[in-house]
Amino acid sequence: MTDKEWPLYEVFIRSKSGLSHRHAGSIHAADDQMALDAARDTYTRRSEGVSIWVVRSSQIVASDPADTAAFFEPAEDKIYRHPTFYEVPDGVENL
Amino acid sequence: MYTQGLDQKGQSDKRDGLESAADRKAFQKRVDAEEKIEAKDWMPEAYRRTLIRQISQHAHSEIIGMQPEGNWLTRAPSLKRKAILLAKIQDEAGHGLYLYSAAETLGVSRDQMVGDLLSGKAKYSSIFNYPTLTWADIGAIGWLVDGAAIMNQIPLCRCSYGPYARAMVRICKEESFHQRQGFDILVELCKGTPEQKAMAQDALNRWWWPSLMMFGPSDAESKHSAQSMAWKIKRFSNDELRQKFIDVTVPQAEFLGLKVPDDECILDKQTGHYRHGEIDWQEFIEVLKGNGPCNKQRMEKRRNAHEDGRWVREAARAYAEKRAAKAA
Repeated sequence: MTDKEWPLYEVFIRSKSGLSHRHAGSIHAADDQMALDAARDTYTRRSEGVSIWVVRSSQIVASDPADTAAFFEPAEDKIYRHPTFYEVPDGVENL
Repeated sequence: MYTQGLDQKGQSDKRDGLESAADRKAFQKRVDAEEKIEAKDWMPEAYRRTLIRQISQHAHSEIIGMQPEGNWLTRAPSLKRKAILLAKIQDEAGHGLYLYSAAETLGVSRDQMVGDLLSGKAKYSSIFNYPTLTWADIGAIGWLVDGAAIMNQIPLCRCSYGPYARAMVRICKEESFHQRQGFDILVELCKGTPEQKAMAQDALNRWWWPSLMMFGPSDAESKHSAQSMAWKIKRFSNDELRQKFIDVTVPQAEFLGLKVPDDECILDKQTGHYRHGEIDWQEFIEVLKGNGPCNKQRMEKRRNAHEDGRWVREAARAYAEKRAAKAA
């Protein structure tokens, strides 16, 4: 194998308007346009999408699973952010 | 489709010894709780290796699997059948790509996997080393081979490794079209002339046993099943899936007015399952070793296709680099 591998792109698809784009998988392509075309042929052969985003995998910044506990810890002890934290007095409605 | 759990040598690795028992235990606990494992999560090296091997073999099978069907593209009996077959073969390529991309999340490169296929180091499903001699074979592949694949793949949608499970969900949705189009071909042939019906029976005769072999060795012989089950990569044993396949397929053959080529295949009223005769495992071993009817032809075609495409890959890369340099 002497070829240098084409860059990897992550593919995100909006299945219909009103919904957000969702990760579908990845593909290799030489450039951005080819990535879009290949993503269409690979991931939307049955009209699964109305919009596609492709982004170089190397451009994605991700949180580290090893740090998950510490990273998301600040949200853990703030249960007062949830409406269920509050007791609604008997007889009060529409709250 | 098509994971047979082949090529299971080299199970241990130096790195295995560096893993702490506590880490492994925590990992197993997550798996037992039906949590999905994602790409960057900690996982035992043996789990990673097992998945890379299984997913890449699966991907290679999809890619090689285009060849037996491609053989009939230019000779499909009508424009409708040709368009359908073309769409099915395109799906197989797509399945290969979903799977390669799932395997890449485990840290193996696409080039490495393709290189291993071309060098013969990596295996693909034994079924694709059989020839497609008549148009009825295209029907039999869809009905039996894709039918067996669906049996195998539906449980993989719940596999513990997230990216593999998600790829399988997508594949299973498409596989159902493959099976029905195959059955549809056979329905048509079986309603036709005696010659056409005989052609369908001949295809069933040749594809039945190799399809049963697709589920892999019997449970007694399948050494690594227990570990894969514990890791929830695998959910049912080879023999369980094979039995399920036989139970659903024999009545379909009866509907077609065809007979499976196994005199021992009768319904056991007590168990509610069909019995089956002894599978010729020697044939299976030979095909895996490279001595099947079409192994050489399949590999040669794949290698040539790869070489013939080299200038395209290089040209696309050169063009992209030139444009990037201009823009900078």
